[in-house]
Amino acid sequence: MSRRGDWVYENNGGTCVAIAGADYCVVAADTRLSVGYSILTRDHSKICELADKCVLASSGFQGDIKVLHKNLAARELLYQHQHNKRMSCPAMAQLLSNTLYYKRFFPYYAFNVLGGLDSEGKGCVFTYDAVGSYERTGYSAQGTGSSLIMPVLDNQLKSPSPLLLPARDAVTPLSELEAVDLVKDVFASATERDIYTGDKLEIVVINKAGTKREYIELRKD
Amino acid sequence: MRLDVSAMENSFTGQVNDCAGLFGAGADMPGMELPTCTDFDGFQKETKELMKNKKGTTTLAFIFDKGVIVAADSRASMGGYISSQTVRKIIEINPYMLGTMAGGAADCQFWHRNLGIKCRLHELANKRRISVAGASKMLANILYSYRGMGLSIGTMIAGWDEKGPGLYYVDSEGARLVGTRFSVGSGSLYAYGILDEGYRFEMSVEEAGELARRAIYHATFRDGASGGCVSVYHVGPNGWKKLSGDDVGELHYQFYPAQVTPVEQEMADAPAA
Repeated sequence: MSRRGDWVYENNGGTCVAIAGADYCVVAADTRLSVGYSILTRDHSKICELADKCVLASSGFQGDIKVLHKNLAARELLYQHQHNKRMSCPAMAQLLSNTLYYKRFFPYYAFNVLGGLDSEGKGCVFTYDAVGSYERTGYSAQGTGSSLIMPVLDNQLKSPSPLLLPARDAVTPLSELEAVDLVKDVFASATERDIYTGDKLEIVVINKAGTKREYIELRKD
Repeated sequence: MRLDVSAMENSFTGQVNDCAGLFGAGADMPGMELPTCTDFDGFQKETKELMKNKKGTTTLAFIFDKGVIVAADSRASMGGYISSQTVRKIIEINPYMLGTMAGGAADCQFWHRNLGIKCRLHELANKRRISVAGASKMLANILYSYRGMGLSIGTMIAGWDEKGPGLYYVDSEGARLVGTRFSVGSGSLYAYGILDEGYRFEMSVEEAGELARRAIYHATFRDGASGGCVSVYHVGPNGWKKLSGDDVGELHYQFYPAQVTPVEQEMADAPAA
């Protein structure tokens, strides 16, 4: 917290995770909104469905996140009207990167994870920093619980780096049910040790059949 | 003939965010928003603490008789946390030019992509490829106009044009240096040690690639902010080609194989009670 008179940011806490599979993508976030040591609500969604195959989860300052989601949804609608199709996940990924960078000198305090299916139907996850640097990965966690969750995901899901030459085959990924179970487990663990994570877990699964949503109770303390 | 200064214009600084641009055909690029405060530097300093942007790196590039070698690690750190071990720090601007990333990851990614766009526009407008000197100058001029605003970019533009191999160092302070050997980043001092010692102008492509790989490996060994995979590229007369990509964890045992130490005294099983 800054002592400046004109400080406009605050951290509302929370954690977001996304895991990409061969033909599905799981995006999950907790639903707690906090300010300092107080919980303002146990029921606030951090997830925004931008397109039929593209879901964004963001943690950080919810004021900036609300407006970021709103702007991206509006740009996606314009794209639909201009091109007569919905935006693909990689296209939205670059749009988000540019949107974040255009506020390089007055950043969106938002840590984003974008998940969905690419144009071949394979799962993809894009992870961002606050000013728009992005990378396509197989899994990611952002938010206050991210440093608790990432080591577990590395242990379970890490595959040979895409930068290796000669390229090495990625290890067989998890099935959709196994990935959802893993997400529930990591959030249960993060809830134990992060004060800003808990209450409820919202899980969105995207596959070629569409999108489905699930809610799991987490510890409320 | 009017002098073309369009590369020096940039539509990013301090314009009012014009929403009408969104609804116009081919939406105009919005201007970059600045915070409404009297103390811009103080604000940037505080947000840097808050945002903990990705940085930390070792990159190097050198010219030799057969072209340019470009190499980099792949680690990005956010404060003390390793945010990624698979970052692409060698950016493919076009099939015959590469740029390296050091400093702020978002700054480098964005401005290299922007440079790639401007290079392509130059090709279309002038019916010939842009030179390495020209591309590096375009980038340097843009970065100079943002001097003092807190961008963090230390990049090398490497390529092959009509004059042969070209290598320029460009940074966010506004520097643009031509040279034959550069290393940039938190691990650059370690890389220079290996690179300067082993460098010769006449080398085969394999030898040069191996030298670059060893230099980056040694930097990842000693610098906490560098690690992941070493990527090595070669830029020749026909464009760039990736020579190797190796995990530094495995490279360590290639350079320093595990020594089997003779056992002095083995642990004996406890006698049954």
